[in-house]
Amino acid sequence: MGEVVVVTSGKGGVGKTTAVANLGVGLATLGKKKVALVDTDIGLRNLDVVMGLENRIVYDLVDVVEGTCRLRQALIKDKRYEGLYLMPAAQTRDKNAVTPEQMRKLCADLRSEFDYVLIDCPAGIEQGFRNAVAGAQRAIVVTTPEVSAVRDADRIIGLMEADELDDIKLIVNRMRMHMVKRGDMMDLEDIREILSVPVIGVVPEDEVIVVSTNRGEPAILEGKARASQAYQNITRRLMGEEVPLMPLEARNGMVGALRRLIGLDKA
Amino acid sequence: MALLNRIFGRSESSGKVASERLRKVVVQDRANVSPQTMDQMRTQVLNKLAEYMEVDEKNSSITISANEGSVNLVANIPIRRMKRGKH
Ligand SMILES: Nc1ncnc2c1ncn2[C@@H]1O[C@H](COP(=O)(O)OP(=O)(O)O)[C@@H](O)[C@H]1O
Ligand SMILES: [Mg+2]
Repeated sequence: MGEVVVVTSGKGGVGKTTAVANLGVGLATLGKKKVALVDTDIGLRNLDVVMGLENRIVYDLVDVVEGTCRLRQALIKDKRYEGLYLMPAAQTRDKNAVTPEQMRKLCADLRSEFDYVLIDCPAGIEQGFRNAVAGAQRAIVVTTPEVSAVRDADRIIGLMEADELDDIKLIVNRMRMHMVKRGDMMDLEDIREILSVPVIGVVPEDEVIVVSTNRGEPAILEGKARASQAYQNITRRLMGEEVPLMPLEARNGMVGALRRLIGLDKA
Repeated sequence: MALLNRIFGRSESSGKVASERLRKVVVQDRANVSPQTMDQMRTQVLNKLAEYMEVDEKNSSITISANEGSVNLVANIPIRRMKRGKH
């Protein structure tokens, strides 16, 4: 029996879809797990393009819940990564095309076949959010170090706890260490303290994410890039491994590269 | 301007400002308890108090008020009679 993990945030554009894509590839490759990624952002699907699988869509989530096709038929096999599958969202329907009850059933079916089911949640706290969390046992909340994003994270954490979904972990995304250092960005401690939720990882702002999204190839396997290393660490923590958080000091340039090379700094 | 202020030690860093504003707004948000939860809490508080005193439930009010980053439970509960012995 696998686990269903919803990736959610409240606020849009903070990196949920990017996280789902990278963790999906991470679990399938580093963890050799069987993984299904489910895009529940009906009407605004994106996980397909971030994964580079947009040309292979035939059926979608709504087709499955409405019985137009079988579960298997809507799961696109990612040929690059053994064990990784994507169920795209419907693009021409709206969030009300699916109910929380149908999502619970779908998640239960997927759990019996996959080790991990990652649910990409739409922004907001309406029906789309309700659908996305309905069948999940665990949640990863993505936020950025900004007042509005953390505030929204607090709201949805409250809503999930009220729904008895209380295995909740936090990803702080797009951290800019040099800004933290000069005092112009909230640091991890501030955010951790305000939300009082365990942190599963910090992902730095990194151009590698933009480049890999352009190509439709998740960045997690891009060797040395800091965001890639961060996602590799989060993948391990998600599987239950103890991996210490990366030091938050940004060490750029030669000195940083040297320190990493001789093992003084973990990326 | 921000830079000048900082040089002369007049302003906090924007990261600190953000975290202070965030703390306040989160406290306010969390204080928006649903009416059902509020009712349930009110009943529980009055039931507990009944062990010690007889109160005027009809004229009691229990509310949460939030301002300036502090949140208070404000209770106004007229006591009719204290019970003997239990205090
Ligand atoms: N760590 C990062 N560094 C740089 N850009 C990022 C990072 N994480 C996400 N992004 C960019 O932010 C945008 C929003 O990300 P996305 O995953 O689509 O957010 P969401 O699904 O929460 O709406 C995308 O353009 C993505 O490439
Ligand atoms: Mg998205």
